[in-house]
Amino acid sequence: MARFPGRPITSSRVAGIAVYRGKFGAEQAERLLWRAGFGPRPGEAQKLARLGVEGAVHHLVAPPREKLVGHEPRDDKGHPLAPFDAWGHDHVWWLDRMVRTSRPLVERMALVWHDWFATSNSGVDSQRLMLGQNQLFREHGLGSFHDLFGRVTTDPAMLLWLNGSDNSKYSPNENYAREMMELFTLGADRGYREADVRQQARALTGFRNDWRNGVGPTNFRYDPRYHDTASKTIFGHTGSYTWKDSVRLCVSHPDHASFFVTKLWSYFIATPPDHATRSALERLYVRGRHEVRPVVAAVLSHPDLYTGPRMIKSPVLYNAGLLRRIGRGIGSTAWVWLDAMAGQQLFYPPNVAGWDDTRWLDTATWRGRWWIAQYVVGPYALDPGKASQPDDAHRLLDRALAFWRHPTLGPETMTALLAFARNALADARGTAWKQRQYSVMVQNALRHLIAVSPELQAA
Amino acid sequence: MTGPDCNHCAGLSRSRFLHRAAAEAGRGLPAIEPGMPLPAGTGLSRRSFLAHGLGAALAVYGASRLGIRAFEEGIASAATSPAQPVLVSVFLEGGADGLSVLSPQGDPLYQQLRPQLALAGGTALREDGRLFWHPAAGGLAQLYTENKVTVMPAIGYTHADQSHFTSRHYWEVGATDANLRTGWLGRYLDRIGTPDNPLQGLSLDDTLAPALATAKLPVASIAGADQYDFGSSRVWGQVEERMLEAFGLLGAPRSDPGLRSVGMVARQADRLRHQLLPFQSGSDGKPAFTIPVPYPQSDDPFPKRLAGLAAMLGAGLPLHAVALSAPGEYDTHSAQAGALASGLQLTSDSLLAFQRDLEARGIADRVLVHVWSEFGRRAKENGSAGTDHGAAGVGFLVGTRVAGTMVGEFPGLASGLDEDGNLKATADFRGIYAALLEQWLGTDAAGLIPGAASFARPTLIR
Repeated sequence: MARFPGRPITSSRVAGIAVYRGKFGAEQAERLLWRAGFGPRPGEAQKLARLGVEGAVHHLVAPPREKLVGHEPRDDKGHPLAPFDAWGHDHVWWLDRMVRTSRPLVERMALVWHDWFATSNSGVDSQRLMLGQNQLFREHGLGSFHDLFGRVTTDPAMLLWLNGSDNSKYSPNENYAREMMELFTLGADRGYREADVRQQARALTGFRNDWRNGVGPTNFRYDPRYHDTASKTIFGHTGSYTWKDSVRLCVSHPDHASFFVTKLWSYFIATPPDHATRSALERLYVRGRHEVRPVVAAVLSHPDLYTGPRMIKSPVLYNAGLLRRIGRGIGSTAWVWLDAMAGQQLFYPPNVAGWDDTRWLDTATWRGRWWIAQYVVGPYALDPGKASQPDDAHRLLDRALAFWRHPTLGPETMTALLAFARNALADARGTAWKQRQYSVMVQNALRHLIAVSPELQAA
Repeated sequence: MTGPDCNHCAGLSRSRFLHRAAAEAGRGLPAIEPGMPLPAGTGLSRRSFLAHGLGAALAVYGASRLGIRAFEEGIASAATSPAQPVLVSVFLEGGADGLSVLSPQGDPLYQQLRPQLALAGGTALREDGRLFWHPAAGGLAQLYTENKVTVMPAIGYTHADQSHFTSRHYWEVGATDANLRTGWLGRYLDRIGTPDNPLQGLSLDDTLAPALATAKLPVASIAGADQYDFGSSRVWGQVEERMLEAFGLLGAPRSDPGLRSVGMVARQADRLRHQLLPFQSGSDGKPAFTIPVPYPQSDDPFPKRLAGLAAMLGAGLPLHAVALSAPGEYDTHSAQAGALASGLQLTSDSLLAFQRDLEARGIADRVLVHVWSEFGRRAKENGSAGTDHGAAGVGFLVGTRVAGTMVGEFPGLASGLDEDGNLKATADFRGIYAALLEQWLGTDAAGLIPGAASFARPTLIR
């Protein structure tokens, strides 16, 4: 991927887009790291805070060459991962990148595009092709959207997922034609009709693939013999359009820029942009020839990111963030089913619309997060028969907070945790063995409870 | 060409595998690090006792003063409304092909529109000799002969939206309104429910069904009746009980909306945990409830979820509206025949078993199942041995109390298709909702279904 050259890309030079001018300390830097990445590693927020908001955003959108920090990922038996072949290794392979990367925004954008162009291996059935698409998102995720959208349209995993290589002039298949407008570029019922769906399907004809025993889908290609060369009318324009025109017509459609900036913004900030901000972002996007990077930089610098409400972390964000916080690497594939329980298995979005970011939490997925947290702290649990901990609620809580590198918890959470510790210690009074063992169990429990507290689930 | 077929089959079996993995996950899978104990049942003692007034032996885990008190509370709450009707919503996700589920083999245009996909055989409907049950839907066909199924052969709405997400949204919220944020059953629960009973609206799924989304009252989502355990490594006994009590306390109200919504779910999870304590499996992995009839054996969780649901209803838990997704792949753009048949078979067989289970428990008169999909599929097949998105589709009501009279007629393929070649609706889903609310759930549809007065209500209940 090309380095982004030149001066820092910030929105201060763009008319109509506000830049955050308030205090930029470790707390604000930590929020930025959650929104633009997977949360801080120990000391990372303090380091980023020293750059100031513009420097910090620049560091994220135009990072130096990637370094993977920490040891290589392993499965439960200590073997290297086989992400193309072994079930679930695709998920933990990517989770490892999220945990160890020095370019968190690049991985975060890959996750944004995985949700935006949501492709599921349930329909592709090839981890190799899914990881190929994933690499596309990693390499081109901050470049031109027009370019990215074209690459996605011809990506083998997408061609299988939305029947692109079933779509021929002899038998048009509308699956991709519909979703490319509804979900990828324009939004439902915005600026297109059913007739446009059918005409787009004809323009998109020509992709083929073979299927070989033992190999699966292979030899993806464009075969002009299957392409419908006749004239099509799309959005009122007429021509003998091909897939390149399909892509171009969507991106240059007058309703595309507003869809793009609103959707992109929603991945980073909980409340929608005001009208003036949205218009200015649209200008930035269109005049910048559909470059993604400056728009992301403007969103990450906006005051709403720092002053607005918290956002619920998605399950993989929550999981990767807990591991980063304590500097733990991947040594298990259990995260696959744990994250699935919490509602997010990578490479298996629920459908082509991606995950519903407004509904991460319910009683079932909350339980999934409980078990994610348990599997993060479990290996560090102290043995009540051997370890020793203070018989004092405050000191136990201080130690549990130190385990998590001192996160800031609100008074409601602190009160609940202290009440738990006091009550549990009181149960042990008068029995010597209980007093010894209960304080250790309380320490184990406090670490787990801190991890499921609202402050660690929303940032 | 065998390519897409095999590809698709592989995809299906993979998704089954994933389902199974998730199901196993729910029971608490093997330790991930050497020496780490199993999460499920760690340090919990199992106690069985007789539930007063129910005559049912139930097992309680982590039994303590707290556990038993909470359990008694749940029973007491249930006992106050023993005759409450229950509606179970079963969603065929993806847009099921109504013209295969009930194939119009007696329609002269059928073979012409479906040269590759036309079905042959199966049993004809007594109410319309043109329509035949899909061979894989034998379970539903059997219940139909017993007058326990109401058939809706062309259900939908005019100007059907062909987007999965928009059309499903309309069905979930009970209106063709893209901006409505509560589900039609959620609004019903807001009217009749209570603030301390998340089980009143229960999503038997990995996430909450949007139809159950309420504006103010709690509802619940669980993967299965026996899959709501919590634990922590090297924390047991009294400390564990205190710890589990504490997670509800983490839900104290806060000013930040993000923190507040996490807290709210923590409180609901806490309440639900108490309600479901009697159903948690022991360390032997066996469910803590009995299953009186055989269900289909499958890696898909659907039959087990229905079995657990019947047990919860049998134990008198205060459930009012339940939602779950049917197994199978219904968005059949290619290689439709095999994919549709396998999902439909398991769905139909499981629904038959569930009905028999309810009958064996003597509670069949309290429960009604509604089967629906976001739209049907185009009458003319596409070139990939599949079908594209259509308009009107098929729906069913199942139970001993259904009227069993067809709602809306099959409009025929000659004059029953719209300008896009999609089946026109002969019954409106909002009319069905209004009739279910008024005739089954006993409440006025006005105020729950927007524009309720404008929809005709068929007679659904006998």
